[in-house]
Amino acid sequence: MSLEPETLKTLVRAAAEQVIASTAELTALDQAIGDGDHGVNMKRGFEAVLGKLDTIGALPPDEALKTIGKTLVMTVGGASGPLYGSFFMAAGDALSQSRRLPDDLAEIFAFGVGAVSARGRSQPGEKTMLDVLFPVLETLRAAVGNPDLIERVRMTATEATARTAPMQATKGRASFLGQRSIGHVDPGARSSCVLLHAVCDTLEARQ
Amino acid sequence: MNDMVGIVIVSHSRDIAKGTADMVRQMVGSEVKVAFCGGNSDGGLGTSVPLIIEAINQAWSPKGVAILVDLGGAETNSEMAVEMLQPEQRDLVVVCNAPIVEGAVMAATEAAGGSSLEQVRAVAEELSAA
Repeated sequence: MSLEPETLKTLVRAAAEQVIASTAELTALDQAIGDGDHGVNMKRGFEAVLGKLDTIGALPPDEALKTIGKTLVMTVGGASGPLYGSFFMAAGDALSQSRRLPDDLAEIFAFGVGAVSARGRSQPGEKTMLDVLFPVLETLRAAVGNPDLIERVRMTATEATARTAPMQATKGRASFLGQRSIGHVDPGARSSCVLLHAVCDTLEARQ
Repeated sequence: MNDMVGIVIVSHSRDIAKGTADMVRQMVGSEVKVAFCGGNSDGGLGTSVPLIIEAINQAWSPKGVAILVDLGGAETNSEMAVEMLQPEQRDLVVVCNAPIVEGAVMAATEAAGGSSLEQVRAVAEELSAA
């Protein structure tokens, strides 16, 4: 797997389109335990990313990731903007600091996950996107270089998202609900899953 | 006149942000710079990093700026906005852990007396300690 400009553009387009296609689903999940704006916020952010696709595709990968992150920060309008924005900006920083794809994929992803955790002052187990991002990081650490890496990442994301349903939220708006947050999949976990699946599907189709 | 710490009010609702700023002006007067923002870039409920940065610049004072926020996303977006400021501005802006209306009034009252940014923040945050 290399990150040539065309690959990057295809990945970004697929991720953005999948998030936008999931607007109604994310809205419904967020109406159950949040304030109902996650779908619309993510759509606004990723439409802005799509609008910059040619610019992003012309940048070196580290700058492309930082531009995606900054675009999300400036346009999403909810807490998910700084959270996803920090992920991409930190991953871009990691690439700038002489880490290389694909060898350092897990480490680069870890920078992104660490930034989300710091920004949200949150840890796994609190019913957030981190409950998908951390298990996926573990899978990347265990399986980089394995031929079935893509399938394992996809499975991990699916299973980890489902595991947020029985959790009780202790961070974010959903924490106001206390035990009533139990039984619903976390919207941020689901949007992370959508993004990861879009990347997996696109890479698989190019193999 | 001495410089006073500026106050920024960030709510998900522009109406709440504006109403809070109105209360501060009525109760504290207009010598303290107060800026507010609320709502996302589509005009719906939410918060917006570019609008927060604009409000910080409006309320800017060499003594610094104290930000009061309502719910989670307003805090996260305010922290993000602070990080995106020029490095020389960054250390002079704080996000207060305080209720938005009471915190804004208390912070502005303290600022009007010429207090430092840390004093302004401490007075606002005493409201959360109780």
